[in-house]
Amino acid sequence: MSSATALSWFARHELRLAWREWFAMMTGGRRRRARAAVIGLLFFAALLHVPAWAVIGRFANLQLPLDKSSLIVISATIFLAWTLMLSQAIESVTRVFYARADLDLIMSSPATLANLFSVRIAAIALTVTVMALLFSTPFIDVLLIGGGARWLAAFGVVIAMGLSAAAIAIAVTILLFRLIGPARTRFVAQILAAIIGAGFVIALQVAAIISYGTLSRFTILTSGTLAAHAPDIDSIWWWPARATMGDVEALLLLLALGLLLLGCVMAMFSGRFADTAIDAAAYGTSSRKRAKERPFRGGSRQQALRRKEFVLLCRDPWLISQTLMQLLYLVPPALLLWRSFGDSSAALTLITPVIVMAAGQLAGGLAWLTISGEDAPDLVATAPLTPSSVIRAKIEVVLIAIAVIFSPLVAALVFASPFQAAITAAIIIVSAASATAIQLWFRVQARRSQFRRRQTSSRLATFAEAFSSIGWAATAALLLTLPTAGIVSGLITAGLVAMTWKFSPKRA
Amino acid sequence: MKPDSSALEVRGLTKRFDRLAVDSLDLTIHAGEFYALVGPNGAGKTTTLRMVAGLLRPDDGGVSIFGIDALANPVAAKQVMAWVSDEPMIYDKLTPLEYLEFVAGLWGIAPSVSKPVAEELVSSLGLAPHRHERCEGFSKGMRQKVALAGALVHDPRLIILDEPLTGLDAVSARHVKGLLGMRVRAGCTVIMTTHILEVAERMADRIGVIAAGRLVAEGTLTELRQQNGHADTSLEDLFIALVTLQDAA
Repeated sequence: MSSATALSWFARHELRLAWREWFAMMTGGRRRRARAAVIGLLFFAALLHVPAWAVIGRFANLQLPLDKSSLIVISATIFLAWTLMLSQAIESVTRVFYARADLDLIMSSPATLANLFSVRIAAIALTVTVMALLFSTPFIDVLLIGGGARWLAAFGVVIAMGLSAAAIAIAVTILLFRLIGPARTRFVAQILAAIIGAGFVIALQVAAIISYGTLSRFTILTSGTLAAHAPDIDSIWWWPARATMGDVEALLLLLALGLLLLGCVMAMFSGRFADTAIDAAAYGTSSRKRAKERPFRGGSRQQALRRKEFVLLCRDPWLISQTLMQLLYLVPPALLLWRSFGDSSAALTLITPVIVMAAGQLAGGLAWLTISGEDAPDLVATAPLTPSSVIRAKIEVVLIAIAVIFSPLVAALVFASPFQAAITAAIIIVSAASATAIQLWFRVQARRSQFRRRQTSSRLATFAEAFSSIGWAATAALLLTLPTAGIVSGLITAGLVAMTWKFSPKRA
Repeated sequence: MKPDSSALEVRGLTKRFDRLAVDSLDLTIHAGEFYALVGPNGAGKTTTLRMVAGLLRPDDGGVSIFGIDALANPVAAKQVMAWVSDEPMIYDKLTPLEYLEFVAGLWGIAPSVSKPVAEELVSSLGLAPHRHERCEGFSKGMRQKVALAGALVHDPRLIILDEPLTGLDAVSARHVKGLLGMRVRAGCTVIMTTHILEVAERMADRIGVIAAGRLVAEGTLTELRQQNGHADTSLEDLFIALVTLQDAA
């Protein structure tokens, strides 16, 4: 087999793997769901045109040349999309290093590893770009319909962004490997991937709060101060914005830059990719995290179970990264709370739904980890405890963890507004309990390491959990502003949770 | 061996998935006995033991463990037994000692009792150098040893093991066999499924051969030979003869 044939064969193999991974994610690993997944996807894509129209429909008629404020808003939006792609790309690269079971086979084969890993790097770039194209298509469609064919150039910008995001992600991950080793890289990359996408929005919000006392990031983007400090209109910093709006020269330059970056990364890192993969594979057998010697602790059987769950939660890198991200999301409202202290500002009301939403989301993740993500199910099932006492102990762990994380915020809120604090505390409990209940009704036996795929086991549970968190957040906000509407919203959300229970699998 | 007191009594045990997995199985295992359950793949060995351990609800039949009705009173039955599966299920983020502390806690064993037992088990299974390391980097054999230590830390009267020697090296396998032999000599009852017929031949007091969900032969090696009219044949030959006969039927 010639080198070129071998490469094209390996590229086909990579694409088939990527397609099957994506297909399994969409269908929950069940081929019979393929038609439902396609219909759902098409419906979701069609539905996405509605918010897309609401968000960017009014910008469809924008024409070059633009003023600085418009360039800033468009560039910031592009940068935000790029950070999200970068986050996804880091996650993909880490997965290739740690989770692909074919590394032994590839590295023991007589093929040239640098070539094979160049293909794998290209496959990562392609996956990231295709996903970005899928999500950006409704938005670009809206611009195309409203503003004409010149917006087709936006697809080119998305491709350039995908290529550059994949290139940077590979470089960052391999550098992390070299700097901090495989054990820490996995953890740090997870945290990086989790916070990179959110970090930019949160930074804008923090700047808006400090400067203008509002959570709206657009306030800072459209401010005169930022425009005054921004580069000139003909600066290269505005190339992505200009390329998006149909400037062919800027678009070609961006695409060339993206390809060049990816080419450089392939040339520089495809050889090291193999070393890094070997290190990552060896990490599994060489990691030796030690615990201190201490006496065994007594207590009831349920206490033993709770203690085990807390230890595992504290040692769970996913949970730590997610908790950090939730805490990061809470920085802007906490900052707003600090600024509005003693002030009856309406902006303070915004804090409650943010906190409630974060509590619901975190409780859902924690509940999956403790209830479904049991690594020794046979041990727990053969222990002399009733199944109900096992479940009760696990639910207690979720609720205690939520209480520990959110109590300080509620306590701070008491000083600003006791009524708001009471509403916030009550709805946090309801939201966390709803998310936990949904995870309990739809529980499946899984390993904790399968957390990434938890959404694929039941789409209904995933949507119900998301709607429940949003519903309770809206209820809390409305109870503080329009109590009657709040009660209606609460009843609707409770009804939704009850409906979810009705559709959950029946258990003996 | 005390033939008059039974550690496990199974009567008419039946389980059907898409086909009949266990077919009205009757089985009696005496207290202090080492019993090996052998059979071809898919014969119903694991399904039978999972029903005994309370991991699977039978469609029909009953299970009694030291006189306790395991279906009516599962918590009391579980208190006196331990289960070890062929795939060691332990927590990657716990150390062996933390795992044993957790298991002892689940069985309600006082720390003053469980700690020295755990230390002894860890040493006797050759895990002492790794006692404070998290299990995430352990080989399958080491994980199997940790799971086995978990089964022994609460001093069960009945130990059920499903292919416990899978993945163990020769030294570890000898350790495990020695440990199980010691437990039996101390009065514990052991039921084990195995594909390694030599182990069954050498260690078991009695051997049960299961095929298509039914017990096709049972007894000591001598009794099995007598039943089949082969005075000096190996268990492997006997097993193949019995299973072939069952397939033909």
